[in-house]
Amino acid sequence: MAVNTFTLNGELVSASPGATVLEAARENGVEIPTLCELEGLSNIGACRLCLVEIAGSPRLQPACVTATTEGMEVRTDSERLRQYRRMILELLFAERNHVCPVCVANGHCELQSRAIDNGMEFVRFPYQHPDLPVDITHARFGIDHNRCILCTRCVRVCDEIEGAHTWDVAGRGTGSRVITDLNQPWGDATTCTTCGKCVEACPTGAIFRKGSSAGEMEHQRDRIRFIADARSKREWTP
Amino acid sequence: MDPMSATGNQPSPANSRARIATVWLGGCSGCHMSFLDLDEWLFELARIADVVYSPVADIKEYPENVDAVLVEGAVANTDNLELIRKVRARTKVVISFGDCAITGNVTALRNPLGSPESLLRRAYIEEADVQPGIPEERPIVPELLPRVLPVHHVVKVDAFLHGCPPSPERIRTALEQLLKPNQPAAPEKDQTREL
Repeated sequence: MAVNTFTLNGELVSASPGATVLEAARENGVEIPTLCELEGLSNIGACRLCLVEIAGSPRLQPACVTATTEGMEVRTDSERLRQYRRMILELLFAERNHVCPVCVANGHCELQSRAIDNGMEFVRFPYQHPDLPVDITHARFGIDHNRCILCTRCVRVCDEIEGAHTWDVAGRGTGSRVITDLNQPWGDATTCTTCGKCVEACPTGAIFRKGSSAGEMEHQRDRIRFIADARSKREWTP
Repeated sequence: MDPMSATGNQPSPANSRARIATVWLGGCSGCHMSFLDLDEWLFELARIADVVYSPVADIKEYPENVDAVLVEGAVANTDNLELIRKVRARTKVVISFGDCAITGNVTALRNPLGSPESLLRRAYIEEADVQPGIPEERPIVPELLPRVLPVHHVVKVDAFLHGCPPSPERIRTALEQLLKPNQPAAPEKDQTREL
């Protein structure tokens, strides 16, 4: 079979076999909010923002890692989904110390943008205010764990595109942290090539260029896709 | 007779003057500066509303029967807590005014540093250049709460005006909507968490 035919928000659409619900939705002009997903990297369903309803399944499924199948019925927008998405965003804001006005990424932050897009007016959960470190031992970049949402874009871009695998995740639950090498200061991580791909991939102000002040940290996230396309499709011009 | 007393939670009749207030809890006053940046529009506001309580007006006690209040700042100390409870009890529409009121923001940056005692020790003794010592003139200096809280975690809030600070245009738009005659009542929101 050349294509899968399925129902997307009541409309009959087609997708190439193997395409995820997210890819098929985008091909058909349907927006699904995402946060951990970045074009050019593998998908892992970490942030849960792209949850969709699939008829016959009581559980919500992340669109980025759910393959389309023939005859499936997908709903990408409902009051239930909107409520869950807002809740996910509120929990992300409550978990660490996201203080937008003093953040380097203020105005250029995907977490902030998703909160605005999804109508998150306030956080109803108690803020956890954990005491988290900032590592500025690297010569050019810094990591502020207060602003990290554990999307693991840095881990994936470093492994899949740069091939260095400097970044990884240590710990469990709320104790989870992204780490460099064997949980060493970034400046001591000998595998780091200082390529800066993690800096461009980070959706928030967690990984930043040193010297950036509030609102100054703009990420060039399309550079990651450009490099991925250059390699896989031999497209060398942006 | 107070024109508000007979109307309950309904908006003011078109011909009466609205009673609005602004309060300043744990914040930098930047939201109030932005409010004052409305410049000559403040004359327009004065034509349709009375400012019955504000840090920029010399009124000692928060009055009864306030139609709407802009609350700047987070709830950081015992004075803030007492005032916001009084404000909620005496006001129809409570608006969290700016990011400190809504999220805790910069005011809440102290929360990860631990208890008020360790915080005060760090600020007034460990980091002091001259005359180290924690200011303790009670009741002039109010006691810090264990944690800084956003306003809606302490009392019910009816509307949220975002920004650090909210721009004068945004404040004006909100006030114009609010002071329009025959406005529907603010929607119920399930956001309050009791202390």
